[in-house]
Amino acid sequence: MQHVFEHVTPYIGYVYPNETDLPWSQLIVIYPYITGLVAGAFVVSSLDHVFNIKGFAPISRFALLTALCFMIFAPSPLLFHLGQPTRAFNAVITPHWSSAMAAFGYVAGFYLCLLVLETWFAFRSDIVAMSKARTGILGKVYGWLTLGSDDVSERALAIDHKVARILSMIGIPAACGLHGYVGFVFGSLKSREWWSSDLMPVIFLLSAAASGVGLLIVLYVIVSKFRKTPIIDETMRGLLYVLFSGIAIVMVIEGLEILEMFYKQREGVEMVRKLIEGPIWAGMLIQWAMSVFVLVVTSALLIFDVHGKRLVNWLFMCGLAIMLGVLAMRWNVVIGGQELSKTMKGLLTFTPELFGRESLFTVLMISICPFLVLWGVAKFLPPWNDGTAAGNTVLDAH
Amino acid sequence: MTTQDEIIEAQQVPLSRRGFLELMGKSVACAGVVAGAVGAGSAIGATQSGNGKHAYQQNDQQFAEAVNDPPKIPEYNWNDHQWAMGVDTTRCIGCLRCMEACKMENSVQMDANHHRTWVERYVYLEGSDTALVDSQADPQNIAFAGSETKFRFDNRYKDKKVDKAFFVAKLCNQCEHPSCVEVCPTGATFKSKDGPVLIDTTYCIGCQYCVQACPYGARSFNESRGTAEKCNWCYHRITKGLNPACVEVCPTGSRIFGDRNDPDSPVSVFIRNNHVQVLKPEMGNAPNVFYVGLDKEVV
Repeated sequence: MQHVFEHVTPYIGYVYPNETDLPWSQLIVIYPYITGLVAGAFVVSSLDHVFNIKGFAPISRFALLTALCFMIFAPSPLLFHLGQPTRAFNAVITPHWSSAMAAFGYVAGFYLCLLVLETWFAFRSDIVAMSKARTGILGKVYGWLTLGSDDVSERALAIDHKVARILSMIGIPAACGLHGYVGFVFGSLKSREWWSSDLMPVIFLLSAAASGVGLLIVLYVIVSKFRKTPIIDETMRGLLYVLFSGIAIVMVIEGLEILEMFYKQREGVEMVRKLIEGPIWAGMLIQWAMSVFVLVVTSALLIFDVHGKRLVNWLFMCGLAIMLGVLAMRWNVVIGGQELSKTMKGLLTFTPELFGRESLFTVLMISICPFLVLWGVAKFLPPWNDGTAAGNTVLDAH
Repeated sequence: MTTQDEIIEAQQVPLSRRGFLELMGKSVACAGVVAGAVGAGSAIGATQSGNGKHAYQQNDQQFAEAVNDPPKIPEYNWNDHQWAMGVDTTRCIGCLRCMEACKMENSVQMDANHHRTWVERYVYLEGSDTALVDSQADPQNIAFAGSETKFRFDNRYKDKKVDKAFFVAKLCNQCEHPSCVEVCPTGATFKSKDGPVLIDTTYCIGCQYCVQACPYGARSFNESRGTAEKCNWCYHRITKGLNPACVEVCPTGSRIFGDRNDPDSPVSVFIRNNHVQVLKPEMGNAPNVFYVGLDKEVV
């Protein structure tokens, strides 16, 4: 039991003796990563729902389901990390409001409810149709899911559409809030030089959006291959625009943050340099190499007005690259921040465990879960608007 | 039967924490008797029980009892006191008895990664403008001592020309504006009216946000209890009119403790008579541990 949580970490220089047991491990790396994917996927779904950008219509409901499935698992890394997971709800029952973390239960809970509600409104006509088409247990389940509302008249669908749109509108600031808030949890700590930055929430938010778009590109391409359906060019172009905008702004702000740190040259800046050259060099290399790759490729795709298969291939690679780059960025922030000692006179080098409660294996399991659930949910509530679904979509009603 | 024998009789082995400290105190006067009684001159070398705790430390059952049924202190009113600590670095000899006493008194994990108090050694070698820093937890010191539970500094500078060297004792600063309390999501850690920052270990969820937030690295995490750990100036002792264990055992009077509401208390006199400093004042935490003899290199 003693060593279930313990992460004794070797160091150089001088670190406070308590620092050698690293408090936050790789589980806290994937927590902001997963919430980031949620925020990004949600933004894509709302581009159609709220702003009526038709290019995103084919994937908007899939994006919504993606956001929902990832959101279900967003708190799980935290639960695995807590020393007393059975007391997790203490923070909700008696929140200590001066803590940035106290709001987590409310923010995440609110957002999850919003996603569930929006999903219901977006899929209600399909659920009604399937409750009539299917028999047996599945038919019953769909029947229950209609919540007794089986009116699919034009007026009812119009109301559905309106409500889904309003929920989506609320969802945009909520998604930004959820993720900006995660950035605040780190950025508001004055004890750690590497975290203590006003830019942290913005960096988290923008990189989240970029990684979510990346995830959707990857999933859309893979799912289309499996379903043997055409990949719509307009949708890919739309995703390209969003990805390009996202990565361009993220890179500027991340660059600014590092530039500021070195330009201010506060005490211990030498250690910051050693941190980048030392414990997190690989992470920094992946983060920046992937970012540059995505920026260059998306720029080229825009300049040369690429369409069709070449667009799909290159954008797919960009999607993978941005997901990997943002994951590396999360590592660099969460682990890197703790590898730089509070003394500013020492550096720790964290090596994750392979097996155990807080290990890479746990990370792998938690990361696979949303995909499995998404696969199941997408079978249960087919999100595609290409006529393969039993009912037709609410969102195309207008 | 002597008083000493009575104490030993009453405590039985394993000794309670208080019994042990009483013995520690008396061991200065009659080390031989104590050595005979507990089978070792001090906690160093005491037998280790199965769960990694020393024989003198609370076992898990005792801890659970203490948590579920905390002792009542009828005479104590926390509105009447304002505890504070002073550290005179010019008197510290780096003997580390404070660390040892703390680990025993508070059942702190007996390894090099969990401490409620520690001592830092700063050494300026000739011609250098920066100090070399280490603490007992340094692997070299542990290799020299032969164990993580033997608290010693090695002799690594004996062949070097040392310009200046001194020790700085560290512990929780029981800040006026504690970052750890600010970030605790449940309010399990709180600032008591009489000064110390305490943890309700029955309410702590073990998120370790407080460990991150403390600018002084004073907090650690108790893996076996799944909750945060910190120095509380031996709250169970000071509320009964005793000194914290580290103050009690310090042989040079380098640690000074008392009530700031009492102008004649040792700490009030210490603060009045010296130019005191605090650690990392720029953090805005307003620490309640006041130092004399700090140096630019002290972190």
